[in-house]
Amino acid sequence: MEKIPILKMGRFLLVTIQVDMHDQLAMQLQENLTDRIVAVRARGVLIDISSLEVVDSFIGRMISNIAAMARVLDAETVVVGIQPAVAITLVELGLSLEGVRTALDVDRGMAMLQQQLAGQR
Amino acid sequence: MTPATGRTLRKILAQYQKELLGDWLQTQLAASTLRPDLMRENELREQSRELLALLQSAAQNGNLEQTDGPEWAGIREFLARLSRSRAQQGFSSAETATFVFSLKQPLFTRLRTEFAQDAQGLADEMWIANNVLDRLGLYTTEMYLKGREEVIQRQQREMMELSTPVVQLWENILALPLIGTLDSERTQVVMESLLQKIVDTGASIAIIDITGVPTVDTLVAQHLLKTVAAARLMGADCIISGIRPQIAQTIVHLGVNLSDVTTKASLADAFSIALKRTQAKLPPQMGTTS
Repeated sequence: MEKIPILKMGRFLLVTIQVDMHDQLAMQLQENLTDRIVAVRARGVLIDISSLEVVDSFIGRMISNIAAMARVLDAETVVVGIQPAVAITLVELGLSLEGVRTALDVDRGMAMLQQQLAGQR
Repeated sequence: MTPATGRTLRKILAQYQKELLGDWLQTQLAASTLRPDLMRENELREQSRELLALLQSAAQNGNLEQTDGPEWAGIREFLARLSRSRAQQGFSSAETATFVFSLKQPLFTRLRTEFAQDAQGLADEMWIANNVLDRLGLYTTEMYLKGREEVIQRQQREMMELSTPVVQLWENILALPLIGTLDSERTQVVMESLLQKIVDTGASIAIIDITGVPTVDTLVAQHLLKTVAAARLMGADCIISGIRPQIAQTIVHLGVNLSDVTTKASLADAFSIALKRTQAKLPPQMGTTS
């Protein structure tokens, strides 16, 4: 059974999606991620989808859902590493991920979260 | 009733080729559709001779009822080449088709002398000849249009490639000066090149300058918003600049919602706010002249 790893980096969690998503995997990820956010009192979640070449509306919705759940638990979500083709597909599908912050790569996403954390203090 | 065989037509084409060519050239040179400014006489003579020879061999071996058989491939190829070259030389489609149709007169004159007494036979044979030339003429027009279309498509492709430059203005700042109307195909190209450039340069701000976009309707606005949304997904903010007064009015009248996007009247304003946002430092020799 494949599992999507969730890495802890300071006060943030890093999720790298590298396999094709399907329903069960997505449900499992949502469950594991929310558990981890609570367990480590994470303030931010980085979702890296740079190795995804194809997305569909399902993944788009899943990402929105995860972001909404994380926000409820007071953790900001940043989606990083969206490929140009993926970005175009998402826009064409009408999923522009409103309410989810985006950054070009993990570095910038991390900087964005840190900046926000500094601003809240 | 004698069956319409086209035997006499074949015979005429084989026997009187030289005379036919002479008559035909005379007709063409006297016709008002002759364009000596576009084409020299000996070129026309050469083309007429070749067409007549090909027609003769095709008619000898092939079926006169159907001009799409393999025996007619040679003449079809010749006509395709001819109409393409005439399209490039600047002939109109009517003039190109007339080249084929003008063969009717000398050919029918021959047929009439051949069937001096036989009205029925003459009518049958003329009908066949007429059909063949009509089909060839129509084929010529078709090929002519195809040649034109190819030219148009090539120009479109070239324009597409020319019209979407993405330039880096500063570290982390890209500019995309749009010129011409935005249709969905162009938007796709614009989006792709912009997003690719964002990946390549790691830019965080993209300025879309629409000074060169003549009109903005709901469709163009929607395409712009799509581009902005896609750039946002890549972690880059967009600023739309170069909005002319009339376009601002149109946008509001159309009810297009641009409130989520930063808009500026000029590229200079957009650039200065982009510099501020990226907290870019000017090199000393540029910022401290005053």
